[in-house]
Amino acid sequence: MSEPACKLKASDYKSANKPVWCPGCGDFHVLLSISKALAHLALPVEKVAVVSGIGCSSRIPAYLNSYGFHGVHGRALPLATGVKVARPDLTVICAGGDGDGFSIGGNHLLHACRRNVDMTYIVMDNEVYGMTKGQPSPTTDPDWDSKLAPGGPGISPFYPLVIALASGANFVARGFSGDVNGTTRLIVEAIEHPGFSFVQILSPCVTFRPDQKEWKNQVHPAPVTPTADAAQAARRVMTDDGFNIGVLYKGARAPYRQAVASERRNDTDFAKEFCV
Amino acid sequence: MTRQRRPTRSLSIALVGKGGSGVITAGDILLAAAAKAGYYGIMTRAVGPQIRGGEAAALLRIGCEPLACLNDHFDILLGLDWLHAERFRDELPLEEDSLVISDTSDEEIPAELLAQGAALTSVNLSEIAEGIDGGRANMVALGLLASIAGIPADSVAAAIEDQLGEKGIGAIAASRACAEQGFALGTDIPFDVALEPAESGTRWRISGNQAAGLGALRGGVRFAAAYPITPATELLEWLAPRLHEAGGTLVQAEDELASINMAIGASYGGIPSLTATSGPGFSLMIEGIGLAVAAEVPVVVVNVMRGGPSTGIPTKSEQADLNAAVYGLHGDAPHLVLAANSVTDCAFTTQWAVHLAEATQSPAIVLTDQFLGQATMVADPIADLAFIAGRKLAENPSQGEYRRYAITADGISPVTLPGTAGGQYTADGLEHSARALPSSAAADHLAQSTKRAAKLTHFNYGAHWADIEGDSNLAVITWGSTTCAVREALTRLRAEGIELKLIAPRLLLPAQPERFTHAIADVDRIIVIEQNHGGQLYQLLRANYELPRDVQTFHRSGPVPLRPGEIAARLRSWRDA
Repeated sequence: MSEPACKLKASDYKSANKPVWCPGCGDFHVLLSISKALAHLALPVEKVAVVSGIGCSSRIPAYLNSYGFHGVHGRALPLATGVKVARPDLTVICAGGDGDGFSIGGNHLLHACRRNVDMTYIVMDNEVYGMTKGQPSPTTDPDWDSKLAPGGPGISPFYPLVIALASGANFVARGFSGDVNGTTRLIVEAIEHPGFSFVQILSPCVTFRPDQKEWKNQVHPAPVTPTADAAQAARRVMTDDGFNIGVLYKGARAPYRQAVASERRNDTDFAKEFCV
Repeated sequence: MTRQRRPTRSLSIALVGKGGSGVITAGDILLAAAAKAGYYGIMTRAVGPQIRGGEAAALLRIGCEPLACLNDHFDILLGLDWLHAERFRDELPLEEDSLVISDTSDEEIPAELLAQGAALTSVNLSEIAEGIDGGRANMVALGLLASIAGIPADSVAAAIEDQLGEKGIGAIAASRACAEQGFALGTDIPFDVALEPAESGTRWRISGNQAAGLGALRGGVRFAAAYPITPATELLEWLAPRLHEAGGTLVQAEDELASINMAIGASYGGIPSLTATSGPGFSLMIEGIGLAVAAEVPVVVVNVMRGGPSTGIPTKSEQADLNAAVYGLHGDAPHLVLAANSVTDCAFTTQWAVHLAEATQSPAIVLTDQFLGQATMVADPIADLAFIAGRKLAENPSQGEYRRYAITADGISPVTLPGTAGGQYTADGLEHSARALPSSAAADHLAQSTKRAAKLTHFNYGAHWADIEGDSNLAVITWGSTTCAVREALTRLRAEGIELKLIAPRLLLPAQPERFTHAIADVDRIIVIEQNHGGQLYQLLRANYELPRDVQTFHRSGPVPLRPGEIAARLRSWRDA
């Protein structure tokens, strides 16, 4: 981690708005980690844009003091892409949950990884739709019982980190919300790494997944150093216990860059081409 | 033998052939040659759904004054071959005076085409082409048609060089040789009319999709998100390199859900933004357009309408997305809907839409259609009317005090752009307070709903809201591409001494009750003309305006355009009823 340029506190990045989250929600810690990461990087609040979709965790922009955009369900990544491409001077963080990012917005995840725009995507994964009161998401186990899927969804969860690797994400990490300092470091690294950085943060839903309170005893640091080999990282993620935390992959692919025009023209020039 | 031909002010020519035969290229060059000779014109293309092969038709009209639509019938139909040409039967109306020219190598003309009573002649086009190294029958046909129309040979030669320059000197020479031989054959063709001489002047050759792109650039758009869809793709393809040259960006999105949200994100960043699509893509974008309403982010969405519903008729025109544009959004969602009413008006309407969207911090939907988008028109240069993007920015916002969605007299709340210290806020699709905090309070919902409606109803749209022409107690109301044919019908009726009033609203939403009432102050009867099955503009007028008791409609679904002759006939009987 680089040294901060000046002393800014995490509290400088938090807004006065009171989160809608349940007491004990893992997202409180993620909010803290993001604030601490921004403070560490000493980014001016007005130069940061936090973009989200819909869900409990997607409420996060309003709890930060930066610019924010709380968009529609599943479209946080395209919204963030538009902000970053139009305004490369901004630090853009996209944030949301597993339903928003992996289900309704799943296609955008593939293409955001592939496009490799220089921004950071933080998914607070609690393996459940919390805001709609407890339905299975793409990361829920097949036997998890719920009203909408009695007896369990019966279909296997997928591996978001592997999907991100296969799609070309340039930085892949997994964190745990309860590990605030570790998650802060991951977010700092993700922001500093050029291109599209994907950080999955295991963030317990104490209301609909009380079993996730056990996560704090299950997570453990990844026993390996980050690799630049996507296939190796993918194999590791698919064979580990799902609780390895740390940076798993750091790629060197050049970030998305706009085509540079060979010449600059103005509106009058464009009109000329129509003259017969 | 030199024939004395009857002069005409406009001539309609159709070329058909199987895909790859070069009818579109020949049509393009013929139109360009006409433009070089000082004529005006318009060309549309009709193609089957196949990507390559299949059937293709170039439909042209060339004349001495600006021509915004096709005529009632074609004077000349030339077939390089007749494979599946019967599929164009509805699009190739002929009459007894029409001439059908066939290549001697393929005289199997579909009976459906000849049933209309046209005369027939054969020319050995492909035989001539075979005698020229690298020669092609379409270029022989080009020369022949130019000769019949009265377009000078040197204009054809120059147009060939312009259009085929990239193919090299050999291709140009071969094409010119073919065209010259075709030109020489023209005098032998038994055809009795020829174009009057043209007046020279600066001409533009431009399609509606290009014009919309130009309007966007002129208006200040510097970001576009693109997902390909027929018939809007060319608009995005035209913009792609030019946006970069203008210092902007075009991003190809993974789908239309992404493209509308990318455009909204870029606009939130302060860059005037646009996306373009057609029916199915437009349906996907609707949720995003609602977000732009709620979060008050300007964005322009051009919907180049095609036949619907669902996949519909992708390559052909219809004006059937008005309801979707006006009523498609959930919630009370005030927004702008505009419609371009000619190929060239695509430029102005899009430019104006950018201006209105930015000024009112609202999404603006611009409706054009396949006819306007893909037709190429030779027209007078399109003036730049200097409507440019300008957003009302908050001055010196201070942290904790700034109210992004402040209630103001005109409903427009000054906005900050990311990067502005002290102006941080979270744009939100959730209902919110003036401070941009999520709120489900009735008072906030009422205040913000009122504000969002007021900023659009209070805005002064000026005279551009509609094109209003003529003076009569009988008014014809139309919109979009149908306006072109209605205008011509009214011109013809005027020549007969029948004066009717034209009202073609360019701004369809928000409704303009005061302006409309003023426009129909002396009107006793109205007829509404449009190209859709349900009478969508008629219903919109019924919903929003006080109308006279006697309102008739003349509407039908696409894809065959309403033609000036049938409109004129309908208006005559309507007037006399």
